[in-house]
Amino acid sequence: MTDLRKLNIDGTEYEVPADYTLMQACEEYGGAEIPRFCYHERLSVAGNCRMCLVEWVGAPKPQASCALQVKDMRPNRDGTPANIRTNTEVVKKAREGVMEFLLINHPLDCPICDQGGECDLQDQAMGYGRDATRFEENKRAVDDKHMGPLVNTVMTRCIQCTRCVRFITEVAGVQEIGLVNRGENAEITTYLEKSLTSEMSGNVIDLCPVGALTSKPYAFNARPWELDKVDSIDVMDAVGCNIRVDSRRDAVLRILPVTNDDVNEEWISDKTRFVWDGLARQRLDRPFIRKDGKLQPANWDEALAVVAEKLSADPSRIAAIAGDLCDAESMKALKDLMDSLGVRNIDCRQDGSLIGEGPRQSYLFNTTISGIEDADAILLIGTNPRHEAPLINTRIRKTWIDGNLEIGLIGEAADLTYTVDHVGTSAADVATFAKSKSGFAKTFKAAKNPVIIVGAAALRGEAGLALLEAIGQLAKSVNLVRDDFNGFNVLHSAASRVGGLDMGFIPGEGGLATDAILDAAQQGAIETVYLMGADELDTSKLKDAFVIYQGHHGDNGAHVADVILPGAAYTEKSGLYVNMEGRVQLSSRAVAPKGEAKEDWAIIRALSAKMNRVLPYDSLEALRVKLMDDCPSFLSIDSAPSLEAFDPTTLGKAGELSTDMLKNPIADFYMTNPIARASNVMAECSAVIAGLNPELNEAAE
Amino acid sequence: MADLLRDEDRIFKNLYGLHDWKLDGARQRGAWEGTAAMLGQGRDWIIDQVKASGLRGRGGAGFPTGLKWSFMPKEVGNRPHYLVVNADESEPGTCKDREMMRHDPHLLIEGCLVASFAMQANACYIYLRGEYVLERNRLQAAIDEAYAAGLVGKNACGSGFDFDIYMHHGAGAYICGEETALLESLEGKKGQPRLKPPFPANAGLYGCPTTVNNVESIAVVPTILRKGADWFSSFGRDNNKGTKVFSISGHVNRPCNVEEAMSIPMKQLLEHHAGGVRGGWDNLKCVIPGGSSVPLLPKEICDTVLMDFDALREHQSGLGTAAVIVMDQSTDVVKAIARLSYFYKHESCGQCTPCREGTGWMWRVMERMVVGNAKTSEIDMLLDVTKQIEGHTICALGDAAAWPIQGLIRHFRPEIEERINLYRNDKPVFVQAAE
Repeated sequence: MTDLRKLNIDGTEYEVPADYTLMQACEEYGGAEIPRFCYHERLSVAGNCRMCLVEWVGAPKPQASCALQVKDMRPNRDGTPANIRTNTEVVKKAREGVMEFLLINHPLDCPICDQGGECDLQDQAMGYGRDATRFEENKRAVDDKHMGPLVNTVMTRCIQCTRCVRFITEVAGVQEIGLVNRGENAEITTYLEKSLTSEMSGNVIDLCPVGALTSKPYAFNARPWELDKVDSIDVMDAVGCNIRVDSRRDAVLRILPVTNDDVNEEWISDKTRFVWDGLARQRLDRPFIRKDGKLQPANWDEALAVVAEKLSADPSRIAAIAGDLCDAESMKALKDLMDSLGVRNIDCRQDGSLIGEGPRQSYLFNTTISGIEDADAILLIGTNPRHEAPLINTRIRKTWIDGNLEIGLIGEAADLTYTVDHVGTSAADVATFAKSKSGFAKTFKAAKNPVIIVGAAALRGEAGLALLEAIGQLAKSVNLVRDDFNGFNVLHSAASRVGGLDMGFIPGEGGLATDAILDAAQQGAIETVYLMGADELDTSKLKDAFVIYQGHHGDNGAHVADVILPGAAYTEKSGLYVNMEGRVQLSSRAVAPKGEAKEDWAIIRALSAKMNRVLPYDSLEALRVKLMDDCPSFLSIDSAPSLEAFDPTTLGKAGELSTDMLKNPIADFYMTNPIARASNVMAECSAVIAGLNPELNEAAE
Repeated sequence: MADLLRDEDRIFKNLYGLHDWKLDGARQRGAWEGTAAMLGQGRDWIIDQVKASGLRGRGGAGFPTGLKWSFMPKEVGNRPHYLVVNADESEPGTCKDREMMRHDPHLLIEGCLVASFAMQANACYIYLRGEYVLERNRLQAAIDEAYAAGLVGKNACGSGFDFDIYMHHGAGAYICGEETALLESLEGKKGQPRLKPPFPANAGLYGCPTTVNNVESIAVVPTILRKGADWFSSFGRDNNKGTKVFSISGHVNRPCNVEEAMSIPMKQLLEHHAGGVRGGWDNLKCVIPGGSSVPLLPKEICDTVLMDFDALREHQSGLGTAAVIVMDQSTDVVKAIARLSYFYKHESCGQCTPCREGTGWMWRVMERMVVGNAKTSEIDMLLDVTKQIEGHTICALGDAAAWPIQGLIRHFRPEIEERINLYRNDKPVFVQAAE
């Protein structure tokens, strides 16, 4: 039951929740629009811009509505509810005054400012600004600061709202931006002119209400009103961040977050945000066929004919592997084609893991991302969520900051931006932990909602199944899979993985999984390998096989390919992606595929026609209907699957637990997929981080 | 003419440092006498006595001290209570706390004990202004003496109450005298005022219930309890009770700190204790009655005004810290206020917009007005800018920066206009040095 208080807003009485701020009350109930600069609903309240002042009738001075809560409002002397006014002369004068102060030292260089057109200061100056200046003194100038390859600074424009400071310290969890000096000399700075090291740093660009912090890669590229904007889904990791892709003609010019409280809140990682320049480089824009040891341009007919001939051979000597960025439709089409050919050596787990046989909950992030906030103890196993799923990491940090959450880690130590109890390093330590009764183990076992998050990389191969079995036993012993709560989570880092597992893109009866396929290809038992966007493989094992590469970037897979079928990148097609929670989300096409490249499902449909094994769908819609018929989990879009208990002891397969360190899979956060590897910006970020971290430098040599 | 305060009614008997400041001397003057008995009367008695005495906060705002104490939670919950003494005396013109800590430190320490006991605070922090080095040494020595004598520490004065007192030396920022900025600074953070609510009595130092009081407010309490609330409230007019230490500086013959009864006429205060205005009362131009933050008063008002909260407020000024800054006819009052504007511009913390941007703007316009290089219309503009700052900031520094200018324009507008006219007619008051 929410505590409701009476409040009079602009002459009408409302019943408002006591924990609302005046700003929320005025906007949600009173229908008033309250201007603000420093206030941001996902950051702590600073109350320093003074733009949101409202009048509290009877109070000696106007009040900052962002900072005052409804429960702080005393009723009037006669017992009537407190009167708040948002549209009186006092309020107008106060806001106009603040606006004038903000503008006296602001450069007004809007015509050359990248924030132009989407600038809070610009917009609100329309409502509260004066027509002419009264300020005849010299304006203040502030030295620009170095914040790394992503964030461009024009600090003279800064209005000291401190949103960036609060984001970096509170959400990103690194203390790398601050306000130094005082009075009119106050400046936002990175202190020592160092690059930001947070993988979330790009969000300060969105948060900055003026043009002080803008996107460096996007600088002077476009005006917001000339861009086509399409809401879509990110594929850099398995979180499924909601994004908006802004493009002009056939070029993606920037990527911004779209608010989804269940997934990414309002943030995206730097890889998601800045990978777009990789979409214009190293692209496969026409089919190629290897002739005389060299890839030669070809047309679609020739290429498909070669592929059709190769795939007509003995199905037991053919294999297909789907990569990390594939949409569900193209995987479904490929699976349907392989099924009709009788090929059983298919796998969507190019990382070599063997999970996905059991019930759906056995490979999902069951707690759900927003469900992390209900956890009171988290055990991370073999994962570095900061690199594998930055938005999961910020969610853990958010919960940790609120208190009442303790976190333990079994695996490789890393700076996760929150305090972690490092209770072990290897799979064997999971069994030890299960027996332990002290330290974090004690907390974990006493917790009401304990959560286990195991990295998908830790579950690779047979050893992974043994680890999974041990985790299942632990899960059972602390009863974390219940009807009202499910604390068993697999943290995937590939956007396509859960969708692939959902549709059963795994070896059929007697079929080979990824590692076995590679070994068989090396030994000659497999002759033809169909790689659909699969690049994170040991391609040296594919030298003797005939490799068909369908994809969009000339990366590892294309280098060993004998035929290249150019496909579409994630911004160039509409597709379904299932994130690690099992949430099905639909992406949209922002731009056309490059050159002669086609959407991936259509390539396979054309190939099936070439082989006289026509797949039973002529359109993407028909393919989706087939997908949903065969695999009903794709029916519910945008929602995570409902809670369903399962027996965690059925997980994995008992075996010997390794004492080897569970290494984190991502050595370089900025270089995890073909698009990122093609991006200059990502390369720059990678170099910056390597420069800041000498250990990483040595490892690369 | 009202009667002057008799020597035996003075609380600070060693204000001029003529006697021993150490424990023995303090005891001879009455300090630490019957402290245990005071504590024995109980918390409610102490707070009631302070309420009954009519003591209003001596740090500037004049909030009733007893009432402030009663805002603290009645019982100690899971968070400890704290008393924080604001000894960051930085208001230009004010030097009363300095003398108290230098020459009568034991009164303050005893006050800390009594006030902390009343609010169930087992720890008290004294936040001392960065420039006060001698005071720091004296106060620390006095604290050490008090510990050695068992007056503070475990079982303070044998009362069964455990009480620790710490001194923290600030770094010399004016804004840290604002109570919430002081708490931030004490916590080791940047000295920037907090939003209120929550008020310190609810969530203060380290988020715990805290009362922040001025040195003088605390130091007078033991004497009030010894001599009785009636004795204290026998001085001054209603709502303005007690004795008060005035810091008199500027164009008087004998600048001084002096303890006097509240509501003494300003003229009497200056003539009797400070040897009068330099060149005689008629040579007076104006007085800033309560430290740099309050608007100045011209001679006509000074002739009759009483030195207390309400009388000065009636004249749109304030008692503030009771630092009386006297300016005679030789003063360039525009330049004097411009200097204050520079001070506020320099000391603004930069957190909130009106103060950060406005103080610099005001100062620059003031500097032009000093030489007359301005338009007459800018006087009204300047007044408007002060109104845009006043009441729109997080803390009172914005108000403090605005008021002196408002006072100047209110009372000396013709002087500013004249200067502008002279400048325009090529007869500037100031000839700017060739650069």
